[in-house]
Amino acid sequence: MIRFRQIALIFMATTWMAGCVSLDASDEVPSTGNSLANQSISWPTWEQVRRVVLLQDYNTRVVVFGTTLLGCAAGIVGSFTLLRRRALMGDALSHATLPGICIAFLLATKMGYDGKSLSVLLLGATVSGILGMLTILWIRKTTQLKDDAALGAVLSVFFGAGVALLGIVQQVSGGHSAGLEAFIYGKTASMNVADAKTITMAAFGSIGLCLVFFKELKLLCFDEKFAGSRGFPVMFLDILLMMTVVVVTIVGLQAVGLVLMIALLVIPAAAARFWSDEMSNMAWISAGLGMVSGMLGAEFSAVFSRLPSGAMIVLICTAFFAISLIFGSKHGLLIRGLRRVRLNRRIDREHLLRAVYEKLESGQGEVGKGVSFNELMKKRSWSERRLRGSIRREQNAGLVSFEDQYVTLKAPGIAEASRLTRQHRLWELYLITHAEIAPSRVDREADMIEHVLDPDMIAELELLLDRAGQDVPASPHELTDSSVKAGVED
Amino acid sequence: MSIFENWSWALDGWIVAAGVLCAVASALLGNFLVLRRMSMLGDAISHAVLPGLAASFFLTESRNSWPMFVGAVLAGVLTAFFTEWIRGAGKVDEGASMGVVFTSLFALGLIMIVRAADHVDLDPGCVLYGAIEMTPLDLVDIRGFLIPRAVVTLSVVTVINLLFVGLFWKELKISSFDSGLATTVGFSSRLIHYLLMILVAVTAVASFESVGNILVVAMLVVPASAAYMLTDRLLPMIFVSVVLAAISAVTGHLSAIIVPSWFGFESTTTAGMMAVSAGGILFLSIVFSPKSGVLIRFVRQRLLAWQILEEDVVAFLYRIEERKLPIGHDFETLRRELLADFVSMKVVLNRLVSRSQLVVDQGEYKLTDEGRLRAESLVRSHRLWEEYLVSHVGIDADRLHQKAERLEHFTDKDLRERLNHETNAPENDPHGRPIPAERDSPKSDQASTS
Repeated sequence: MIRFRQIALIFMATTWMAGCVSLDASDEVPSTGNSLANQSISWPTWEQVRRVVLLQDYNTRVVVFGTTLLGCAAGIVGSFTLLRRRALMGDALSHATLPGICIAFLLATKMGYDGKSLSVLLLGATVSGILGMLTILWIRKTTQLKDDAALGAVLSVFFGAGVALLGIVQQVSGGHSAGLEAFIYGKTASMNVADAKTITMAAFGSIGLCLVFFKELKLLCFDEKFAGSRGFPVMFLDILLMMTVVVVTIVGLQAVGLVLMIALLVIPAAAARFWSDEMSNMAWISAGLGMVSGMLGAEFSAVFSRLPSGAMIVLICTAFFAISLIFGSKHGLLIRGLRRVRLNRRIDREHLLRAVYEKLESGQGEVGKGVSFNELMKKRSWSERRLRGSIRREQNAGLVSFEDQYVTLKAPGIAEASRLTRQHRLWELYLITHAEIAPSRVDREADMIEHVLDPDMIAELELLLDRAGQDVPASPHELTDSSVKAGVED
Repeated sequence: MSIFENWSWALDGWIVAAGVLCAVASALLGNFLVLRRMSMLGDAISHAVLPGLAASFFLTESRNSWPMFVGAVLAGVLTAFFTEWIRGAGKVDEGASMGVVFTSLFALGLIMIVRAADHVDLDPGCVLYGAIEMTPLDLVDIRGFLIPRAVVTLSVVTVINLLFVGLFWKELKISSFDSGLATTVGFSSRLIHYLLMILVAVTAVASFESVGNILVVAMLVVPASAAYMLTDRLLPMIFVSVVLAAISAVTGHLSAIIVPSWFGFESTTTAGMMAVSAGGILFLSIVFSPKSGVLIRFVRQRLLAWQILEEDVVAFLYRIEERKLPIGHDFETLRRELLADFVSMKVVLNRLVSRSQLVVDQGEYKLTDEGRLRAESLVRSHRLWEEYLVSHVGIDADRLHQKAERLEHFTDKDLRERLNHETNAPENDPHGRPIPAERDSPKSDQASTS
C-alpha cells in the first residue's frame, strides 16, 4: 500500500514533468538535432499574408477580434490600476483563480455535470478571484503589511492551494485534466465564437463601468483620502475597480493565458504613461496600444504558424513600451534628455552673459574690445570647451560678439545681461536683508536659484526690496573670480 | 494514525528535508524583500528565468545542469536589473516595471522554446509546479552516503544565504530601512541590493528544479510577512520567519497526505500544500498576533468601549441625581439614553454592581458613595474642560459638550489639577452648573484614570 501510493505519486509527477515544456524531454525528442541548425521560420506565401491581413478566414477574424477587444479593455482598466500603484494586482488575481477552477470542476463532476463546461469553470474562477481580491483588501486594511506583501502572499498561497487541488483533480479525471490547464495557460489560437462573445461582453461591460465612474475612479487613483473626505464611497469604488480587473483577467485568462493577461494589464498602461499626464488621454492611449498589440500579435501568429500568439502579443506590447520609453512625448528618455540639454544651455548662456557683464562693469575689459577669453575662463570654474560652445551659440544668436579672443556684449545682449545681473543681485539683497545670510556667502546661493526665478518672483522681490524700475543694483559683495580675487571694489 | 503507518524515512524524510531547506533558504532572504517592498520579485524572477534556460539550452545543446543553472540565474539577475533601470530611468512605478520586465522575458522564453522544440507539448506551468516528490529518486553519493541531489544543492544555498545575512547584517539592516543613511555611512546600498537580487535568483533557480517554484515564491513572502506581524525587531523577525517556514514545510507535507484522505482522495502535491500551510500560519498570525493581531485589537477596543460606557453610566446617574430629573433609573432607560447595545449594557452594569459602585433596587440602579465619587471626578473633568475650552480655546457653546464628553474619559487627576489651575479654580462651568470639588480617594482615582 505504502509503495503504491508513493509510486503513483512519483508516476504522476513524472508524467507531469514530461508533459511540461520540456527541456527535460529533449533527450528523447527526435527534434533535438535541429535545435540550432533548423531555426528558420517557414516564411508564409504572399497569399497567406493577404488572407490574414484582410481577415478573410473566419477563425482568424474571431481570434483577432477577441484579442483586440481584450487589449482595449485591459488597457483602460490597467491604466487605473497602474495609477493606483497596484499594477501587479492582475498577477495576483490570475493566480488566485486556480483553486476556484479546480473546486468548481470537482463539485460539478461530483454532482454529475460536465466539469469542463466553460460557465462552471468561469464561475469558480470568478468566485475565487473575488475571494483573493477581498483577502488582499482585508490584509491591507487590518494589518501593517504593505500592498506588495499582501499581493505576494495571496498569489502564492492561492496558487499553492490550486496546485494541491490539481493533484486531486488528476485523480478524479484520471489524468485528463488537460482541459483545465488550457484554461489556465490559454488557447488563443483555438479561440472560438463563444469565447469571443464572452470577451466582448466582459470588455464592453468593464469599459462601460470605467467610463461611467471615470471621475470617481480618477479621484480614487490620485487622492484616496480626498475622495473619502468629499463623500465618495472609497471602499465601494475600490471594490468596483478590482471587480473589473477580476472580470477582464478571467475572460482573458481562458482566452489568452496567465502571463499574457498580466502583460496586457500592465504594459500598455505603463507605456501610455510616457505620452501623457492627463488621465483620460492616458486611458485612451493605453487602450489603443492594447488594441493594436492584440491585433498585430494575433495576426503575426496567424501568419507565422510557429509563433505562439500569446507570446507574440506580449512582445509587441513590449516593443511599444520600448518605443514609448524612448520617444514618449511627456516622459520619454529623449524628450527628458532634450529638456536637460536645453536647460543646461540656458544656464550656460546666463552664466556667460552675467560673467561678461560683471567683468565689463568692474572695468576689467579692454576698451573697445571687451573681455579676453582668458579673463572669462578665470571667472567661473567652467571648462574651456563648454565656454567656447556657449560663446559660439550666443554669437550666432546675436547676443555677443567674439573677435580676436575678446568677448563683448551687443545691444540685445546688454539688455539681457543687465536683466540677469539685476535679478541675481535682487536675490542677493533679499538674502542679506531678509534671510540674514552673510554677504560673502550670498553669491553662491543666488547662483543656484537665479535660473529658476520667474517674473512673478522678481516682481515680488522688487516690491519687498523697494526697487522698482530697471536699474541694476550694485553688487553687495566683492566681485571675485572663482580662483583669483579680482581686487576691484565696485 | 495512518500517516505513520505509511511513513517512510527514505522517501518522506528526504521530501520534508528538501522542503524545510528550501523554505529556510527563501525565508532568510524573504525578510529583506518584504521590508524593501519587493515581495513580488520572487514571482517575477520565477517567470523570467525561462529565456535563460532556453538560451543556455541553445548554446550547449544539452540539458546539463550547470549551464542551465547559470543561464537561469543570469536571467533572474537581469530581471532585477531591468526592473531597477526602468523604474529609475523611466520613472515607472516599481510594480509596473517589474510587470513589464518579467512578462516580456517570459514571452521571449516561450518563443525561444517553441522554436527549439517544435513538437514538444508546451506547458509554461512546468517550472511552476516542480516535483518535490521526485526528490528521493535523484541521489548522489557523498562519502558513502546516498543523499538526494536536491537536498545537497539546497543545503549549499541555505548556507550561502546564512553567510550572506550574517556577514552583511549591518549593511542589510541599514540599507533596508534607510538607504540614504547607508550612503552616508559609506557603503553602496546599490551593491547590497544587487547581491540580494543575485541570491534571490540563485535560491529560486536552485529550488524550482527540485521542489517547484510555487514553494519558493510562497516562502519568500509568506513566513516573513507572518513574522512581520509578530515582531517589530529585525533579528527576532528573521528567527521567527525561519522557524515558521520550517514548520509550514513539515505541516505541508503531512497535510498533503492527510487532508485529501478526509475526502477520500489519494495524497496530493506537497509543494502546494506547503504553500497553503504557510498561508494558514500567516492567517493565524494576522488574527492572533499579540502585538497587532485582529483579535487583540478587537478585545482592546471592546474593553475601552466598556470602560467608557461604565463612566457614562455613573456620570448620567449623577446628573439625574444632581438635577432631580424625573427620569427612570432602570435598564431600558439607561440603554436608550446612552445608545448602548443590550450585551454591553448588561456587562457594564454587572461590573459596576460587582465593584459596588451601583446598587440594584427592584430594577432601579442607584449610585453608591463609591460610584458617586467616581462620577464626581468625571463630571469635574467634563466641566473643567468646558470651562477651559471656552476661556482658552474659544470654542462655540454648542460644540462644547461634545468635545468635553470625549476628553473627560482620558483625563486623570494631574490633568484635572492643571486645568483647574489654568482656569483659576472656577466654581461653575460655562452652563452655570457647579463643578464638584476634588475628593481624595485612592480607589476612585484609580477607577477613573485606568
